[in-house]
Amino acid sequence: MHSYKGNAISWELVDGVIELALHREPCNEMGTLFLSELERLTAALPSFEESAHALIIYSRLACGFSAGGDLRELYQGIRTTEEKTALEGIRDFHQRIHRAMNALDATSLTTLACVHGIVFGGGFELALTCDMIIADKTARFCFPELRLGIIPGFGGIPRLKRDLGNAVVRDLLLTGRSFNVTKAQQIGLVSQVVAEGAALRAARATAAQLAKFDRRTAAAAKKFIKPIPYEELQQEIDIVCDLYARPTVQAALRKFVESTDAQPYLP
Amino acid sequence: MRTHEQTTDEILDLAAAQFKVPRESLSPDDDFFKKLGINSLQALSLLTRLEQHFNVELPDYELQGVTDFRTLAERIQTRL
Repeated sequence: MHSYKGNAISWELVDGVIELALHREPCNEMGTLFLSELERLTAALPSFEESAHALIIYSRLACGFSAGGDLRELYQGIRTTEEKTALEGIRDFHQRIHRAMNALDATSLTTLACVHGIVFGGGFELALTCDMIIADKTARFCFPELRLGIIPGFGGIPRLKRDLGNAVVRDLLLTGRSFNVTKAQQIGLVSQVVAEGAALRAARATAAQLAKFDRRTAAAAKKFIKPIPYEELQQEIDIVCDLYARPTVQAALRKFVESTDAQPYLP
Repeated sequence: MRTHEQTTDEILDLAAAQFKVPRESLSPDDDFFKKLGINSLQALSLLTRLEQHFNVELPDYELQGVTDFRTLAERIQTRL
C-alpha cells in the first residue's frame, strides 16, 4: 500500500520516502481512530523496507504536531462503560499503541519527526519513537500527564530516558512544564531547528541525504545505537493502567474535559 | 536593561502581530485570553514567541493565573 488516505492520518511513498501526515482536527488527538489507522501503517512497514529508506512524520494542522491522547474519548469511555470493562479497554488500547510505537521505533527505515507548535503527551511520545526530531521555532514540548494523575502511557518515559537520561525525564515529568525548541536543542532532544514552517523541507532534504548510504549499514547502525527498552515499556503499561483505576484520575479527566477555563493545559 | 514599560510594550507588539489584532486596541491591563480571543494552547504559542524574543526560559507554571499583559511582563522581567 504505497499511499493511504485516512481520517486521522495519510501517507504516501515518494522517491523512497514515506511521508506520514497527521491531520485530525482539532490537534491530532490520538484515540481509537488514530490508532487503527496507525496500525495500518505499521502493518505495512515491512513491505516498505525494500522500496523506502526513510519515514517522515509531520502534521498538516496549524496548531502543531499533536496534543496527545484523546482525553475526551477516554473520558466518554470511562463514563459510559462499567468500570471493569473500561479498564480492560484502557489496557487493550495501551498495549495496541505500544505495539505500534515499538514498530515505528524498530523499523529499519530511518525515521524523522518533523514538528511544530504543540508537541504534547502522546504527540511527544510519537516523536520520541523517531531517529531524529527536526523542529521549527514554534515547537513546544510537554508531558502534562501528571496534571491528570497519570504518567505518559505511550512509551514516553523509557524512550526519553534512553535518549536523554533520567535527570531530564524527572524535570519534565514531575513539573509537567512545557519547553521551547531552544531548550529542546540544548538538552539534545532536537537535532535541527529551522525557521517557522520550514521543518518539512528540512526533513525532506535530510531524507535525500540518507538515500546516499547503504541501507543495510544504516539499519545495522540504528539497531546498535537505538536499543528498545521493552521491559520498561511493559512496566509503563502496568503502572498507567493501575493509575487509571484511581477515582482521582477519573475526577481529573472529568475536570479537564468539562472545563470551560481558558487555561486547562496550564499546570 | 529594559524597563518594565518597555517589556510590556514589546509584549503588546508581539501579541498584536501574532494574533493579528490592531496594536492600538491592546493595553497593559487587558485580559489577553479575552482580548485576543485565545485558548491555553494559543497562549503557549505566544509564550514561545516571547521566550525567543526576550531570550528567556519561562516555565509555564509561573504563568498560572496570569491573564493580563502587565503581570506577564513582570514575570518576564524577573528572568531578564
